[in-house]
Amino acid sequence: MLPSLAPLLADMNLWYSLPLIVSVSLVCAATRHEQIMPILTHAARFALWIGVFMAGVMGLLSLMDWLA
Amino acid sequence: MVTTKIPASDNPEFADEMIEIELRSPWIAGLLAWALPGLGHIYQGRTGKGVLFFVCILGTFFYGMYLGGNKVVYAATDWEQQYRWQYLCQLGVGLPSAPMLIQKGRTAEAGKHPILGDYMRQPKRSVDARSDDSGNQAQQPNELAQWVIEEHPFFELGTVYTVVAGLLNVLVICDAAGGPLIIRTPDKKKPDQAESPPDAEST
Repeated sequence: MLPSLAPLLADMNLWYSLPLIVSVSLVCAATRHEQIMPILTHAARFALWIGVFMAGVMGLLSLMDWLA
Repeated sequence: MVTTKIPASDNPEFADEMIEIELRSPWIAGLLAWALPGLGHIYQGRTGKGVLFFVCILGTFFYGMYLGGNKVVYAATDWEQQYRWQYLCQLGVGLPSAPMLIQKGRTAEAGKHPILGDYMRQPKRSVDARSDDSGNQAQQPNELAQWVIEEHPFFELGTVYTVVAGLLNVLVICDAAGGPLIIRTPDKKKPDQAESPPDAEST
């Protein structure tokens, strides 16, 4: 699945979201904890949520495009 | 000096584990955190988090500037051009974004040339016609329109990066001044312990 998804992501410039997701999740997690392990755990969970949210919005837009 | 006790984790299983943080001079730390991301934490001796904030926020900010061809950070409040509200968010990064305030309003049309050259200067109101990729002459209404077309889509991407970096630093300032905000999920087994707020005491 990933090889077929990569050109799509590149075409939509979605790769540029990855550094932003990493940065946002790390900083937000670090403002919630003081120790490194809880920060990393929270950041991983937060990044996953952002990914799921973005995928959901993308799915919704794709569905609307398909219905139009 | 303010000492704050916070839960070691937001995990209810470790509800009893507390760690103590010394928040040295919260106002000074907050000001330093604004001036340079992470500096407030380093001032308080929280070096690890300081370095993390420094790398993440300044990395995001300067990568955004690089993506946007060093044109996305500028301050313009001139209603005749497009009002650049994004600069208010970008200012959150602190001193690295401050040159745009020096450059603000300094345009050739206003008779005041930018002091720092093209660095963080606002776009001109008029621009010469240029050839596009097809060799046709194209005249844009102002330099901002030309930048957007030339850098598309990286002008928008760079703007988003720099805006997000500035907003993230607001969280960092709050963390430097008041300590981390731990939101603990309610413990179903021990509701009394889970709802007890973290202690804060001044010494």
